[in-house]
Amino acid sequence: MKTLIANPVLIKEVKLRFRSMKSFTGILFYLMAMSIFVFGFIFLTTSLTGSGFFRPDESFLLFSMMTYIQLGLILFITPGLTAGTISTEREKQTLNILLTTAQTSFQIIFGKMTSSIAFLLLMIVSGLPIYSLVFLYGGVDPLQIVVIFLFYFLTLLAIGSIGVMYSTIIRKTIVSMIVTYGTMIFLSVVTAFFLLLSIQISTLGTGTPTFSPFSYLWASINPAIVMLTLLQPGFAQEIQTMTAIELPLWVGYLVFYSLLTAGALWLAVKRLRVNMNKYK
Amino acid sequence: MIEIVGLTKKYGSFYGLQDLNLTIEEGTVFGFVGANGAGKSTTFSILATLLQPTAGDAFIDGMSVTKNAHEVRKQIGYMPDFFGVYDQLKANEYLDFYGASYGLTPKEREALIPKLLELVNLEHKRYDYVDLLSRGMKQRLCLARSLIHDPKILILDEPASGLDPRARVEMRDILKELKSMGKTILISSHILPELAEMCDSIGVIDAGKLIAQGSVHEIQAHLQSEKVLKVKLAGPAKEAMAFFENDPLVSKLVEKPEKQSIEFLYRGTEEDQIRLLRQAMERSLPILSFAEEETDLEDVFMAIMKGVEVK
Ligand SMILES: Nc1ncnc2c1ncn2[C@@H]1O[C@H](COP(=O)(O)OP(=O)(O)OP(=O)(O)O)[C@@H](O)[C@H]1O
Ligand SMILES: [Mg+2]
Repeated sequence: MKTLIANPVLIKEVKLRFRSMKSFTGILFYLMAMSIFVFGFIFLTTSLTGSGFFRPDESFLLFSMMTYIQLGLILFITPGLTAGTISTEREKQTLNILLTTAQTSFQIIFGKMTSSIAFLLLMIVSGLPIYSLVFLYGGVDPLQIVVIFLFYFLTLLAIGSIGVMYSTIIRKTIVSMIVTYGTMIFLSVVTAFFLLLSIQISTLGTGTPTFSPFSYLWASINPAIVMLTLLQPGFAQEIQTMTAIELPLWVGYLVFYSLLTAGALWLAVKRLRVNMNKYK
Repeated sequence: MIEIVGLTKKYGSFYGLQDLNLTIEEGTVFGFVGANGAGKSTTFSILATLLQPTAGDAFIDGMSVTKNAHEVRKQIGYMPDFFGVYDQLKANEYLDFYGASYGLTPKEREALIPKLLELVNLEHKRYDYVDLLSRGMKQRLCLARSLIHDPKILILDEPASGLDPRARVEMRDILKELKSMGKTILISSHILPELAEMCDSIGVIDAGKLIAQGSVHEIQAHLQSEKVLKVKLAGPAKEAMAFFENDPLVSKLVEKPEKQSIEFLYRGTEEDQIRLLRQAMERSLPILSFAEEETDLEDVFMAIMKGVEVK
């Protein structure tokens, strides 16, 4: 455990990332945008309805919107933070030296991975105070927040691992970026399309939904859909009747993305020292 | 001690390195000479555990670079031919990072960094950003970096490339100091006279094959069966020209009137050479001096490469 925390790559990267003001301005901007959004929303709903006060269902709506915005941020920022971690070292010709040090492949990958997602984690955590504002108005279960943050964490970890993996096995950062974004879009958009398709097919002859593992699969790997089931238990029920599978979607999500994370990191560790030919 | 056994590296169907065998004794400096693309960097990358050989293996103190790579890494300091530095890091932080990468404690690093910077004459750049250093300074910093874990063996791939003459002299002085510290040094370079001066032994590689190995003198003797002889004359050259022309071991005879001398290539042994001189004296030729033109490693190198081209 100590070797994990005292990871030289992690320490160096964190130091570098937070040395430049960019990171702080980024977080500052994020917090400002969030605040403007939240207060704007509260102001608009209270003044438009004329009721002069913020109702719990409106509070819940705000909470849901914020949750989706953050999910969007995670999906879009994580590839950018991770898909270049190894390949830029390769391009800058610092990787060969790094690989001759006494660090294991796992240590290097772990350090790279943690340092790149640390920034996003910090960003999300720094948004917590604004988040908790919603509690003041009710309508949101604190447990829900915990669940959603765990959900974020898993998503972050999975997309981050995919980025690091591509960055390891693909030479050029730009290609790695494109492939990582492509994978992210596949997981978050294309799967929804497949879900619609497979629901159509499964209801085709009968008109009523039948047992459909494919629908379940597509639904359970789509972050937006799984998040909706976390926010709205009613929707979870609906998906269950549609696929005729009792298992909650989040179980599928947990299994799929945990395996994905483990697989991607394993591959990255295995492949770090292969293809070490030249960086000219 | 470094042992290289049957080391082979294929890039596709092309041999980057073919059946290389070498032994380098502890505490010696080994110079690796070869033209562009000869396979020097390939060999060094394999030794530095960065590249997997297609066949064969290398052993550093008996540890295989392919099977015990992790242990080997602790024993070697490697300086690649091309390398980058992290921007935004200062020189001391740069060294600190690599020190940590070798598992040195913060205290050890703190004590070590000023010493290393002093060794490579960069004390005054301690708090400067690494990517703003000049090329030669980066090179020296990289050398300091490769020393941070006090490795027994240094593998330096063209450490003097891109340096101005003064920086080269400095680099050479640093290497001499390292040699005196008892390190085993493997160095490749294009600047051959430099190698000649500081190497205990030299290996010449061409097209992935080791074509000669030994001390600088041995290499010269081995690779140069022909030497240039220069005869300075006090009188007319005509008679002397005719005499040397007749000797079967002489070729490419030229007269250099401006220097009052003649020069030719001689293919004989030392005994032959003695005989030739005696005969010349017997004929009372007006010989002022009779000398072998000093050839440095550079000439040898050129000769080898020409020979290879002809093949
Ligand atoms: N990754 C690679 N893929 C294909 N061929 C390669 C690769 N790396 C090296 N080679 C080839 O192997 C040969 C040896 O290359 P190497 O870099 O070892 O030469 P070198 O002696 O270091 O040359 P230089 O003096 O230019 O540094 C060259 O012909 C080169 O083109
Ligand atoms: Mg080279």
